[in-house]
Amino acid sequence: MFRRLEAAGTGAAPGRTVRISVDGGAIECREGDSVAAALLAAGMPACRDTAVSGTPRGPFCMMGVCYDCLVGIDGRANQQACMTRVREGMAVVRQTGAREVSA
Amino acid sequence: MAAAHHPEFDVAIVGGGLVGSSLAYGLRDGAESIAVLDEGDVALRASRGNFGLVWLQSKGFGMGAYSRWTLGSTRLWPRLAARLLDETGIDVALEQKGGLTPLMGDYEIEARLAWVNKLMAQPGVEPYEWKLLDHHQAASLVPGLGPDVTGAIWTPHDGIVNPLKLLRAFHTAFERSGVRYLPHHGVTRITQAGGVFSLETPKGTIRARKIVLASGLRNGELGEQVGLHLPMAPQRGQIIVLERTRPLHATPMVTLRQNDEGSWLVGDSQEDAGYADHVTTLPVLATLADRAVRTLPALKEVRAVRAWSALRVRAQDGFPVYEQSASHPGAFIVTCHSGVTLAATHALTLAPMIAAGALAPELDTFSTRRFHVQKT
Repeated sequence: MFRRLEAAGTGAAPGRTVRISVDGGAIECREGDSVAAALLAAGMPACRDTAVSGTPRGPFCMMGVCYDCLVGIDGRANQQACMTRVREGMAVVRQTGAREVSA
Repeated sequence: MAAAHHPEFDVAIVGGGLVGSSLAYGLRDGAESIAVLDEGDVALRASRGNFGLVWLQSKGFGMGAYSRWTLGSTRLWPRLAARLLDETGIDVALEQKGGLTPLMGDYEIEARLAWVNKLMAQPGVEPYEWKLLDHHQAASLVPGLGPDVTGAIWTPHDGIVNPLKLLRAFHTAFERSGVRYLPHHGVTRITQAGGVFSLETPKGTIRARKIVLASGLRNGELGEQVGLHLPMAPQRGQIIVLERTRPLHATPMVTLRQNDEGSWLVGDSQEDAGYADHVTTLPVLATLADRAVRTLPALKEVRAVRAWSALRVRAQDGFPVYEQSASHPGAFIVTCHSGVTLAATHALTLAPMIAAGALAPELDTFSTRRFHVQKT
């Protein structure tokens, strides 16, 4: 599984702690983390189930092109987790299937 | 494989899009060997840029026979879809539960109503059920219909299919039944000698006893080589694709539909832009988006993921063209703008006629002769 660089012994300095919620449960992450990195560091590699077949997916490219890391953030569906920095109090939800369209 | 190694085919279809593919699919019972000659991925390929409607209500204004022909195809569609599923395991996601043309305001309603009444009164039209719905009736078919949509034309015959899956199903059927699909065989020259056609391609010459020109917008120039003079007039359409959402179970509309896998198509413009299919234009896309959001306000929050332009295959008057060449017997031409809607009748009605070597008299009205009226 994924480990942070400082935990892996590279000497990188840890940033300030930021708390977000994922599906209602609190996790601690680091200032500057992307949501995708925070999820991986917290041991949550599968952030969504695909829209068509419902297969679990996780962050793949970490640079905004693959669209596999889509999550709901603060009530907005289909946000790219790797392109969004964590903010104190952010509410992230794992997406199961396609987003709702509220008629 | 070098072309020189190919045998002489019974039938060669020029064009591997939906029109050529549906004909090749339907010809298999009546032809010993079939080749489908296609271009590569650079082909204009209306089959990959279309809206995927199986649609009757807007067809045949100016030619009643086209309405009747289309109605026949909508009736055959369930049979085609079932056969493809059985043979290839691919569900083309046909849904024929009715379709709507949304109308905004009194002017649009009155103009469309007059237009439909005039269409239905033409000779050659087989009457079918249609209704003008008010806002509330239309809203019962489209959850969350916007208040700007004050009316809609509805008919039970209209529907949708997944056009990409349809093309894939045809090509899968070819692999399983010995139809030779030959990409990168764009035909440049056609000659006929001793009852055999020679089709020159970048990959060598293909020989066939019968040929079917189904090469979309290239049918004009290829038709000339077998004595068929067909003026083409491409028409550009722009489409926006929205991200996948949960199914809303909205009745498909002529310019707004949800796909079986959740994405939405927002259409579509009708532009005279020559062959410029490589650009989209903001004024058009903005208009399409605005109408879509007024039709279904919930889509405001749904993001666009793609937009494209594609060219409709159109003969000058917009109606289909079916003809066997008088100067080159055995050469058939097939041109239409609704390769999806007509796929069923092309496979199940037209292909057997071509296999038998003659088009039925009912198709006379679709010949190129209508373009060559004497002007004194």
